[in-house]
Amino acid sequence: MKNVNAAKQNREGQWVDVCAVEELPPNSGVCALVADSQVAVFYLTKDKTIYAVDNYDPFSKANVLSRGIIGDVKGEVVVASPIYKQHFSLKSGQCLEDASVRIATYPVRVVGDRVQLGHREAVGQPFCRR
Amino acid sequence: MTKQTLVVIGNGMVGHHFLETLAGSDVRDRYEIVTFCEEPRLAYDRVHLSAYFSGKTAADLSLVQSGFYEQHGITVHVGDKAVAIDRDRRTVTSEKGIEIGYDRLVLATGSYPFVPPIPGHERKGCLVYRTIEDLEQIVAAAQTATIGAVVGGGLLGLEAAKALKDLGLDTHVVEFAPRLMAVQIDEGGGAMLRHKIEALGVQVHTGKNTTNIGDGDERRHKMQFADGEELETDIILFSAGIRPRDELARAAGLETGPRGGIVIDNQCRTSDDAIHAIGECALWNERIFGLVAPGYQMARTVVERLAGKESQFTGADMSTKLKLMGVDVASIGDAHARTPGARCYTYQNEPRELYKKMVVSADGKQLLGAVLVGDAAEYDTLLQYCLNGIELPIDPDSLILPQRDGSAGFGLGPDALPDSAQICSCYSVSKGRICEAIDAGCSDLFALKAETSASTGCGGCAALLKSVLDSELAKRGLEVNTDICEHFPYTRQDLYHLVRVNDIRSFDELIEQHGRGLGCDICKPAVASILAACWNDYVLNDEHAGLQDTNDHALANMQKNGTYSIVPRVPGGEITPDQMIAMAEVAKKYNLYTKITGAQRIDLFGARLEQLPDIWKELIDAGLESGHAYAKALRTVKSCVGSTWCRYGVDDSVGLAIELENRYKGLRAPHKLKMAVSGCTRECAEAQGKDVGVIATENGWNLYVCGNGGMKPRHADLFATDLDRETLIRYIDRFFMFYIKTADRLQRTSVWMENLEGGLDYLKSVIIDDRLGICAELEQQMAAIIGTYQCEWKTTISDESKRKRFRHFINSDLPDSNIVFVDERGQIRPTREEERKHIRVAVVG
Ligand code: SRM
Ligand SMILES: Cc1cc2nc3c(=O)[nH]c(=O)nc-3n(C[C@H](O)[C@H](O)[C@H](O)COP(=O)(O)OP(=O)(O)OC[C@H]3O[C@@H](n4cnc5c(N)ncnc54)[C@H](O)[C@@H]3O)c2cc1C
Ligand code: SF4
Ligand code: FES
Repeated sequence: MKNVNAAKQNREGQWVDVCAVEELPPNSGVCALVADSQVAVFYLTKDKTIYAVDNYDPFSKANVLSRGIIGDVKGEVVVASPIYKQHFSLKSGQCLEDASVRIATYPVRVVGDRVQLGHREAVGQPFCRR
Repeated sequence: MTKQTLVVIGNGMVGHHFLETLAGSDVRDRYEIVTFCEEPRLAYDRVHLSAYFSGKTAADLSLVQSGFYEQHGITVHVGDKAVAIDRDRRTVTSEKGIEIGYDRLVLATGSYPFVPPIPGHERKGCLVYRTIEDLEQIVAAAQTATIGAVVGGGLLGLEAAKALKDLGLDTHVVEFAPRLMAVQIDEGGGAMLRHKIEALGVQVHTGKNTTNIGDGDERRHKMQFADGEELETDIILFSAGIRPRDELARAAGLETGPRGGIVIDNQCRTSDDAIHAIGECALWNERIFGLVAPGYQMARTVVERLAGKESQFTGADMSTKLKLMGVDVASIGDAHARTPGARCYTYQNEPRELYKKMVVSADGKQLLGAVLVGDAAEYDTLLQYCLNGIELPIDPDSLILPQRDGSAGFGLGPDALPDSAQICSCYSVSKGRICEAIDAGCSDLFALKAETSASTGCGGCAALLKSVLDSELAKRGLEVNTDICEHFPYTRQDLYHLVRVNDIRSFDELIEQHGRGLGCDICKPAVASILAACWNDYVLNDEHAGLQDTNDHALANMQKNGTYSIVPRVPGGEITPDQMIAMAEVAKKYNLYTKITGAQRIDLFGARLEQLPDIWKELIDAGLESGHAYAKALRTVKSCVGSTWCRYGVDDSVGLAIELENRYKGLRAPHKLKMAVSGCTRECAEAQGKDVGVIATENGWNLYVCGNGGMKPRHADLFATDLDRETLIRYIDRFFMFYIKTADRLQRTSVWMENLEGGLDYLKSVIIDDRLGICAELEQQMAAIIGTYQCEWKTTISDESKRKRFRHFINSDLPDSNIVFVDERGQIRPTREEERKHIRVAVVG
């Protein structure tokens, strides 16, 4: 599965264009719809990087992670769930409080001034420098 | 895997709790579940049975969510009684002839009211008090009666007496023992209780042994007593104790106690491994527990055992607190001082009808038991002392004597708690477990939460967890780190100073100059609050928006399913019909769940993120404003109706409350701020439970500070008396700014005060006598905030770029398909998880 997706993704068109870079609020998140997945997209100004992970919070079972606060815990870039405040790594999706929980990440890239996201299972960098 | 069959006999309180717990557990799918329910209806709340008399219906009392059993595929035979258990064939047979094989059987048959074999006890009009049918019979019998007698002056007897009294009967209580509630309370307490109950018009006869019931001369029955006296009555209600319903078990050859009860071990297993017994039918360690909580504990034990866990039932505390005919009564532990060497402290106040007793160990260090009649306010604290074996203060009686100096009395600090004390009730984490984790290297809250799960549920225990951590670190000689988080080596108070003194206007500036890293969900909201308290900028400006916590982020309160609630400001609780109509129209148009809040306002729930700006546009057009329910800011100024309408009011509490609310609205603080104004000492606005409370007097206003409701209520301190309006407002300005300047993050004024060195006197010297010479500055800073107030929602809806923040998707106008509501009592509510599986959620995209 993974390989097929990765291969597909290498072709233009498998990337979904979601918004202009300018539309991303600094140091905050938005939610984008990619096929039938909800993706939380964050733009961190300090390292000029865009991150993309699941918007679905597995603890509260609500689509809210894009509304969480981002920051770092001991250097790991994270988003804190706005409901019960668990932290998820923006690079790996790993939950810091519970080793058994990990959320999906999504490939991101910037083409011109547009932000594009890859599909859920696709292999690719879940973050992208501007 | 083929499923095993699990049969439950009895669908009372405990039987139902068992099924509910089982349905929510991982092992649910292993069983085909069948239950027999003798009564004509599913489980109901027997504990609140008496509410049936005050208008509650059988449906109101039901414990079973409609559709619950169907949803979980549990078969219930209602109105069918199990009549035989065949242990060899492992079958249960019912009255209606159903026969079912079981792999496991759970007996939850409860108990029946004991009727003493007095000649005549079977006469018509001799009733008991246990089921809804019993109550129906009592109501019917009362229609043609004028006198009622209850046999038994225990807990249930008195409750039954109250019921007869409410039915308009002349009520008598006949008790065999020399006093009321002989099991739970001592002589002194019993005497006080009797006094209070007689004052309510119930006649109490103690030391009465009923020997015969026959025809009366004037009333239906005549009760004859051993001492030769007689009582004529129309109804006799027996409430002389309960007996376990062990008849099925006995017939099946299970071991039962000499005085009844199905014998169980710590796993709640009967003498047959395949059969469990739980609730009032079970005999554990030669004891029957006539309360519901131990039964629930047994039910949980069995479910956990089925799931392969090690859990055990090891007895239960029988302490009780209740209100009998409006009289507070509580009993803890060894109320009768039966422990050898026990000694007592008794406080009796006849004019106020109070009785309080403490039973302490011979060395005076441990609380063994207590009795409280007339006022049970000390129950929780005393129970903690008793259950946890906490060492008593030098003068133990200080715990029950009235605190005449207005102080809050004895609380329990983290050090006083024993290792077994439960810190987090959501995850059942004890202090001992926390200490272990600290020893294993958890030296901050983050590590501690990850390790123990404490404080990761409702979060209610966060402050207590922190204080345990601090005190344990200090004990281990480790430095207590007061840094706000890993990004700033400062306390909140330090950060406030840095922001003020260096004129810092954004988080980025602050972290660049004084911190490290990116920041996090602890420091960002704290700094956002400091910036707002200093400069009062619009909180969703680009440089502030990413700092805002969950609710400020959307200027609304996020609910469990990701939707929001909306609370418009209703200053002082005064609201016009037009404003109500405006809110009602919005609620109808957007189909929002509507509720009156606990603080005199109206809350509209279930709005999706993208609906918020439109909703607020309509509310603002109707003249309403943001209520800041989402912010650590002033919430409401609650008021009573005051002198304008109330016959006792001495001043215009509503007018003052509105003025105060409009003055301080939008003021951001380390935690939320609540206020109230009452029009006289009757205190209908509960001002003494608020951060700032004001009560009208003949000569002006009394000011109270640092009260708190919530998790750890604190009675406010009287700060100044008989103030004129101007002085009052000046003091409040100074008080709030001083708190904002010096408090820790998320510290309510109550906790701030408890930690303030010098306490109330120091605070008075700062605010009233201007000891630090800062009052002019405090007032000026407050004036600046008041002068820059804006309704955040008004600002938001008038700025197109800000409105855009409220779309759910940046690349689509679709709503979040995961938000699904169902109907309940004519309004929406979020679907529960198990319901979501049944409702097909349309996938968008
Ligand atoms: C809506 C309301 C319940 C209701 O339906 O009546 C409510 C709801 C919440 N309360 Fe409350 N409280 C509400 C009145 C109260 C009151 C009563 C009062 O204000 O008179 C209290 C006790 C008084 C007090 O605070 O001293 C109260 C004590 C708390 C506490 C405990 C605070 C404490 O110091 O112990 C919390 C937790 C916290 O703040 O950390 C809390 C937290 C909450 C939160 C914010 C929990 C959360 O994070 O989701 C709830 C969500 C609010 C929302 O609108 O979604 N709520 N809460 C009430 C809103 C009142 C209003 O009009 O603004
Ligand atoms: C008026 C009143 C007030 C009370 N107040 C309090 C209180 O304040 N606090 C407190 O903790 N407790 C209180 N209690 C006690 C509490 O109600 C009981 O502890 C609790 O109900 C016990 O639950 P249970 O499931 O063991 O028994 P029950 O609730 O009695 O349920 C047993 C059920 O099993 C059924 N059953 C029995 N045999 C069979 C059979 N062979 N086949 C099918 N079904 C059968 C019975 O009909 C009954 O419905 C009060 C009780 C009463 C009556
Ligand atoms: S506090 Fe006083 S004025 Fe206000 S309603 Fe109560 S009795 Fe009336
Ligand atoms: S009590 Fe600890 S999280 Fe709820």
